[in-house]
Amino acid sequence: MTVTPSTPTPLDVGAGTVLTLQGISKRFGAVQALKNIELDVRAGEVLALVGDNGAGKSTLVKTIAGVYTADDGSMVFDGKPVRVGSPAEAQQLGIATVFQDLALCDNLDVVANLYLGRELHKNGALDEVEMERSSWELLRQLSAKIPSVRIPVASLSGGQRQTVAIARSLLGRPKVVMLDEPTAALGVAQTAEVLNLVERLRERGLAVILISHNMADVMAVADRVAVLRLGRNNGVFVVSETRTQDIIAAITGATDNAVSERAARRSKEEGPAS
Amino acid sequence: MSLQGSGTRPQDISTTAAPEENGAAQLPADLQDERLIAREGISGAVGAFTSRLRSGDLGSVPVVVGLVIIWAVFQIANSSFLSSRNLVNLTLQTTSVGVIALGIVLVLLLGEIDLSVGSVSGVAAAVVGVTFVNQGWPIVLSLVAAIALGVLIGLFYGLLYTRFGVPSFVITLAGLLGFLGLQLLVLGKDGTINLPYDSALVGFATRSFLSPAMAYALVALVVAAYALSRWQGRTARAAAGLSAAPNSVIAIKAAGLAIVLLIPVAVLNGDRGVSSMFLLFLALVVITDLAVRRTRWGRSVFAVGGNVEAARRAGINVRMIYLSVFAACTTFAAVGGILAAARLVAVGQASGGTDVNLNAIASAVIGGTSLFGGRGSAYSALLGALVITSISNGLALLSLDSNVRYIVTAGVLLIAVTIDSLSRRSRQAHGRA
Repeated sequence: MTVTPSTPTPLDVGAGTVLTLQGISKRFGAVQALKNIELDVRAGEVLALVGDNGAGKSTLVKTIAGVYTADDGSMVFDGKPVRVGSPAEAQQLGIATVFQDLALCDNLDVVANLYLGRELHKNGALDEVEMERSSWELLRQLSAKIPSVRIPVASLSGGQRQTVAIARSLLGRPKVVMLDEPTAALGVAQTAEVLNLVERLRERGLAVILISHNMADVMAVADRVAVLRLGRNNGVFVVSETRTQDIIAAITGATDNAVSERAARRSKEEGPAS
Repeated sequence: MSLQGSGTRPQDISTTAAPEENGAAQLPADLQDERLIAREGISGAVGAFTSRLRSGDLGSVPVVVGLVIIWAVFQIANSSFLSSRNLVNLTLQTTSVGVIALGIVLVLLLGEIDLSVGSVSGVAAAVVGVTFVNQGWPIVLSLVAAIALGVLIGLFYGLLYTRFGVPSFVITLAGLLGFLGLQLLVLGKDGTINLPYDSALVGFATRSFLSPAMAYALVALVVAAYALSRWQGRTARAAAGLSAAPNSVIAIKAAGLAIVLLIPVAVLNGDRGVSSMFLLFLALVVITDLAVRRTRWGRSVFAVGGNVEAARRAGINVRMIYLSVFAACTTFAAVGGILAAARLVAVGQASGGTDVNLNAIASAVIGGTSLFGGRGSAYSALLGALVITSISNGLALLSLDSNVRYIVTAGVLLIAVTIDSLSRRSRQAHGRA
């Protein structure tokens, strides 16, 4: 249940792919939201999922999370083909999702939010002491800066709320964590805190899928970047070998229109301009 | 970035974090953050309480203050108000409204409302009257039938709410009319059924009191149980490396509880004593409070009241929570209606009518349960019902008519709701919303 230090995450880190998507397609009426999406996610890696508005990021995340079911294609999780029919099934498999709205109960304290829906109990009553103890343990492991776990979540800052939401997703001992825009609407310092947290998830050997519009964040923490454009794959980049412009070009599609292709040709002919 | 470098496991993280933990090793796990304001011992407990009040987390303080004021005013106006005899009457009058208000507290915790509790209480009383008196059923069977009807009505509400998304306001407004009609139908042409004065039900509601020795023994038992559970909680927290209240604070709280219980018991024993019916109400309040605060179900109720979508995503069976709470509310209403009928020794067309509805809802709100959902306590039913009944009791002692009673009750209700809204705003400003 809890992430205790005595039980290490059973992962052969670096060995490989935790989650593979093959030919995932999803239609909404006349709209082809996703078309033949291929994606593989590795343990101990942060994979950024980027794309313009309407590129299909959210649809893809919801499909992986079990909110939508794909019309076509298959998912392989941990070497086994799986079908995810509901968010609960995805969580049982080990795919945790932190949606953009965090889904926290403002009137409840941090402990209650962390254990919401999976409260520990003893002799029929809630085991508040054990829940509080393991909440602290989990938050310490994440080096989360939460002053007290007995204050209502409403009184926490945006970054702290994000931390609570992410910590909650870890209680189910997932192998894949999907974060939908975790840094949107956060200040500079809070963004840095959340990015630190993402790195700590990677250090624990989790596969992290990070959805973000912020290229600076993506370049700061991601190992690879998968670009979606108009519901299709538009390239996977290894961050250490890629420039931001190339990714932006893939996002906006600036490479595949006539103007930019012509510009690229001319700049090659004239030698490297910049 | 190479993947080998990312092989750090949870143990490694905790060892890297160890130095800073060692630095604060003497502090409990929940007090290590340097931003926390240290509050230790008795003065710390008092300080924490006052700062909570200032930030708008008023809890039951306004209603207790209000109750003291109301009692003082009535005592000045009529010196027999705080007499043992009148206070025993007050406990008897409080019970039925309080039990109904207990159900209202539960629906308010979900941010919903039940406007039909008056009619449901009336129809339950009518069922008892007709089956027990007219049909000659055994009393237990009549009670079971009436309470089962209460459960069914709540399940029906819950079904309408969860399946069709009809607002609870409208469902229960329809229930208000519909079950009033059913009550009149069940009662038939006669209109009023007198319950036999020597029946067990009437005896329980009017003539059954604890002996003084038993009442004091019960107080001792309750205080001992409270102190024991506090002490156990303290030991468990200390064993888990968390901050724990010192024994002195536990002792003071237990002593405070003993005083709060002993004074009323001593006063009530000056007349007939603690009524069994009132004791039943107190037991229901304590059970509801424990169910709401200490069980998974109660946690889910608060979660649904705070953020339905979050509760749903956390895997809580939201539909079941709505069903169970609506059912609990109408069940409490049915029990309250039966108790009211038993106390008045009659069931009539007016049972559960006129102001029962609004008194019950006003009790819950005056007691400090928020209309906005996700905030409140079972004890607000007790305190609020005491306020409401004190007003009607005191005004009756002054031989003032119901016109004044309505106006005063309305004023108190408005004040209570205003305090709720203001404290909610203040909580938001102080980050406690």
